[in-house]
Amino acid sequence: MAFPLFSPGDDPGPSFADLLRRTGGVPPAPVGQVPDVTHATTVVALRYADGVIMAGDRRATSGNLISHRSMEKVFAADRHSGVAIAGAAGPAVEMVGLFQLQLEHYEKVEGVELSLEGKANQLSLMVRNNLPAAMQGLVVVPVFAGYDLRRRTGRLFQYDVTGGRYEESDFATTGSGRLHAGTVVKLGYRAGIERGDALDLAISALFQAADEDSATGGPDLVRGIYPTMAAITAEGFERIEEAEVAQRFRSLVDHLSVPEGTASVGAAPTMPGGDAR
Amino acid sequence: MTMPFYVSPEQVMKDRADYARKGIARGRSLVAASYADGVLLCAENPSSRLRKISEIYDRIAFAGVGKYSEFDQLRIFGIRAADLKGYAYSREDVDARSLANNYAQTLNQIFTHEMKPMEVEILVAEVGDAPAEDRLFHLLYDGTVIDESRFTVLGGEAEAIAERLQTSYGDGLAQHDALRVCIQALAGPQRTLSAGEVEVAVLVRGNGRRAFRRLSGDALTGLLGA
Repeated sequence: MAFPLFSPGDDPGPSFADLLRRTGGVPPAPVGQVPDVTHATTVVALRYADGVIMAGDRRATSGNLISHRSMEKVFAADRHSGVAIAGAAGPAVEMVGLFQLQLEHYEKVEGVELSLEGKANQLSLMVRNNLPAAMQGLVVVPVFAGYDLRRRTGRLFQYDVTGGRYEESDFATTGSGRLHAGTVVKLGYRAGIERGDALDLAISALFQAADEDSATGGPDLVRGIYPTMAAITAEGFERIEEAEVAQRFRSLVDHLSVPEGTASVGAAPTMPGGDAR
Repeated sequence: MTMPFYVSPEQVMKDRADYARKGIARGRSLVAASYADGVLLCAENPSSRLRKISEIYDRIAFAGVGKYSEFDQLRIFGIRAADLKGYAYSREDVDARSLANNYAQTLNQIFTHEMKPMEVEILVAEVGDAPAEDRLFHLLYDGTVIDESRFTVLGGEAEAIAERLQTSYGDGLAQHDALRVCIQALAGPQRTLSAGEVEVAVLVRGNGRRAFRRLSGDALTGLLGA
């Protein structure tokens, strides 16, 4: 493989996506409806005292079937930011891979990292470029979150399918369970929430979303599969240990469980009033 | 119409080589050495903005001496080729040897076909799982590749520096010892170099995916004092 060479007017600069386009590495958008592709569902992100928490369930579905039980939907974009995805799994994971590469490529070529704003705009462009595929049913809607080292705060960005980028001050959700998850976070959220409470709130949101939305997976106590969670702070992106996530889920489940034999027909576990954890 | 004088190919090549060597000799030198925990790259460079050393890929670094605009262009070629290859195949499939071959082809092509050869010497360094697996590919302005595994010196005063390094370098040095040895070799017996006059980076063995780290500011001053 020889070096790709460009004339000065045609040089892609620090953009990997442009480089890929110039070297013909981008497949054309699909023509016609793509049937029953695998879909990834609910993810949640919320700001807390030290930065941002991101969480995503593990289920991938195609139609009414579960196609994957342990899918990852929360990824580190680079040292100080993360991206969580919902939508058509194939294009979504591809988009994340390209996004990670885009940020790293820029950093290596230019010698400095992009600003958080710049990263969010890059992702916006990628979602926009996916619009032709989204029209064929391959919708990808990510959430981007990061710690802004210049402003010393966590920041959140939500997207729509056209690449519209909306900065959120408190929390962001996407995917099929976003309404339920969003409501839970909205009710339990307060400014400057601490790490433990923020994790419990995100866990509660995913649990309630899984309870109401068949495409969202709850904690799988049988196989020991729990949602993926990560915290992004000034120290960087850090995955929350699975043991901690499992333990927090167990205490939520214990809290919600109705004593055996007392459950009336059709009763569903509900959230304890005001005390969202 | 005047007829151009005949110039023998030997003379053309010799003139080009002389031109390139003169350009390289004007710049300051650079040393790279394998040590116990990785590969150390150390350049005499008073600028903290215009870099001679940079990251190419997970375990691969690039360094250049000579004309800045030319080796910086080569650096970007390398990053592009490595990222494209890693994207098309897998991150594991990107290696310094194939990158060095690409550089050799490009430099050779420019040396023989262009009006002006590149006035650069470059280094493609790769850190392995053990010191014996470290690779230092030293490329000359005409595409000549020199494969080293312990240390190598780039630039005008390369021979004198390499001689000094030959006596002071040993296998399995700790990081601060390797740094001291390299900086003393760069400086020579007559002078000392401070943290502000050198650019230092390391490829750290077994330190996550991206091995490249810059050493600068207080961290470097501390290491130089140790």
